[in-house]
Amino acid sequence: MDLKTLTFLVVGATFALYIGIAIWAKAGTTKEFYVAGTGVHPIANGMATAADWMSAASFISMAGLIAFLGYDASVYLMGWTGGYVLLALLLAPYLRKFGKFTVSEFIGERYYSKAARMVAVLCLVVASITYVIGQMKGVGVAFGRFLEVDFHTGVGVGMAIVFIYAVMGGMKGITYTQIAQYCVLIFAYTVPAIFIALNLTGNPIPQLGLGSSMADGSGVALLDKLDMIVTDLGFAAYTSQKWSTLNMALLTLSLMIGTAGLPHVIMRFFTVPKVADARTSAGWALVFIAILYTTAPAVGAMARLNLMETIQSGPVGSADGNMVYADRPEWFKNWETTGLLQFEDKNGDGRVQYYNDKNEEFAAKAASFGWAGNEMVKVDRDIMVLANPEIAKLPNWVIALVAAGGLAAALSTAAGLLLAISTAVSHDVIKGMIAPDISEKKELLASRLAMAGAIVVAGYLGMNPPGFAAQVVALAFGLAASSIFPALMMGIFNKNMDDKGAIVGMLVGLFSTLLYIFWFKGWFFIPGTAMAANTPDNWFMGISPEAFGAVGAMLNFASAYVTSKLTPPPPEHIQHLVEDIRVPMGAGKAQRDH
Amino acid sequence: MSEQTQRQAYWKANLKLVAFCLSIWFVVSYLFGIILVDQLNAISIGGYKLGFWFAQQGSMYIFVILIFFYANRIGKIDKQFNVHED
Repeated sequence: MDLKTLTFLVVGATFALYIGIAIWAKAGTTKEFYVAGTGVHPIANGMATAADWMSAASFISMAGLIAFLGYDASVYLMGWTGGYVLLALLLAPYLRKFGKFTVSEFIGERYYSKAARMVAVLCLVVASITYVIGQMKGVGVAFGRFLEVDFHTGVGVGMAIVFIYAVMGGMKGITYTQIAQYCVLIFAYTVPAIFIALNLTGNPIPQLGLGSSMADGSGVALLDKLDMIVTDLGFAAYTSQKWSTLNMALLTLSLMIGTAGLPHVIMRFFTVPKVADARTSAGWALVFIAILYTTAPAVGAMARLNLMETIQSGPVGSADGNMVYADRPEWFKNWETTGLLQFEDKNGDGRVQYYNDKNEEFAAKAASFGWAGNEMVKVDRDIMVLANPEIAKLPNWVIALVAAGGLAAALSTAAGLLLAISTAVSHDVIKGMIAPDISEKKELLASRLAMAGAIVVAGYLGMNPPGFAAQVVALAFGLAASSIFPALMMGIFNKNMDDKGAIVGMLVGLFSTLLYIFWFKGWFFIPGTAMAANTPDNWFMGISPEAFGAVGAMLNFASAYVTSKLTPPPPEHIQHLVEDIRVPMGAGKAQRDH
Repeated sequence: MSEQTQRQAYWKANLKLVAFCLSIWFVVSYLFGIILVDQLNAISIGGYKLGFWFAQQGSMYIFVILIFFYANRIGKIDKQFNVHED
């Protein structure tokens, strides 16, 4: 069977499964729509949270980032997992005890202020929408490559699928669908990794293979060999640090508190039956996430090694040490047609030279070999995971499986985000502000309509991305880190934090972070409007815009604290509320507005 | 002990446990994985340099253990101060 038919079969079968689950788990009440009836087991909830969290970026892009950044990419690994420790220890159990449906509802009630709730809704919707755009784009790209349909058709099909199971099933449907999607995506990610680890090191466990010796009998450790190969070609050593220590630490912190402040992740912990379950549920989520995140460094390093060795097949500088372009493998040709891999024979010798021509010392040496510059003019790092099974010559069914896995990752995250957006619109804006007396049936209808609307907006933006897809991700994390996380944490840990302190803090965090990002990336990301070039020399203390969320959060904490000291303390019933959420005793199920 | 003081004592015990867990969280990621990475890289375990291992593998394993450790301990403290659910 050819690859295209196989892909249709595998992807089609997984979609049939997702829709079947949605029909089985159809939501009947608003409560089931929002929180799956709070009857989800912690392990099941952990698995669904993991699928919710791991997006197309985790599945497709992360290993590629690691392959080319080496050690520096550790910030993403630690940042996107360490946030769960903060969630489990500082937020999830208390928000579950509070027992409402949404993050903004907690902020509105804890700070006895509709303004605070509105600010939270705004941050939440902006963060979620920016995230969804990336997912929709990922769906389009994955369909385009594997089903050989047009990019726009791919986005359209993705929209229809999400529409069916998210609008119908609500949280309950999404939760069970995400469990299925987790199984598909983790299987698709680990199977090729196991084959490749076995090939290179003889150890089938990728996490151990990365720390093993090469299976070629040389006895050299894989990472040492990789360091040697890349430095021989003028690149920085794979395991060496290239970024400044301060920037690495702040970027890691921004990603951690951003993760803990992202509404679609926090929402998950409203769905477990008990406070104790919220704690373990975060642990299970991290177990399922870590299976992929600890495999990714092995995938990244091994993909880089395979790529370098394919091109530089013999000693550097020897006459026949480089791959002959005419003899290039099949996967090389496939990716060339997508334009994501590009070769230019600069010295006209018919062989491929891939080296760092920006390294002056090595460039001089390369010139003495007759090399005229790096000939791999484009190597898109996103192709690494998708090309891996082909590079390792794995059977077609594995390649089809990877397509289904990438789609599962993108669709599960998109559904979770869309639910967060529609809940914010129907529950926080319509029910909470405009029409508090709305009936349950009408609220359910409103959330379904809001979800349909959000899907159309996300699909449209996915087809016509504003051209700054990479930047907006920094914005989503920056907003969550600098505005939502501190407000939630102070709401629980500082009994004397009042409405004015929280609002001032959120606004200071929000606008300082926005200002810093726009300063270097252009106002609203419009090209040419940046106030200073986005280079380390211009950054304040060498802090990159992506890493500024942590600084914004510190400004939030500080300004909120000062303001709360200058204004009267919160009313007594609020202080009692805080005392009450601090103890697990008496936690009921999540409640509707009274 | 009145219910009020018992709840305050519970909260204090919880804060102490959280502080302990977060100091480990800080040490394995920021200290071992970033700040002291060069010094730790002088040591190798298997084919891994130790600092690199903490940054790309070890910290994540310890994060998982930390959450379950916290959940387990705080569950016991809940019972000790009689503030557990049900």
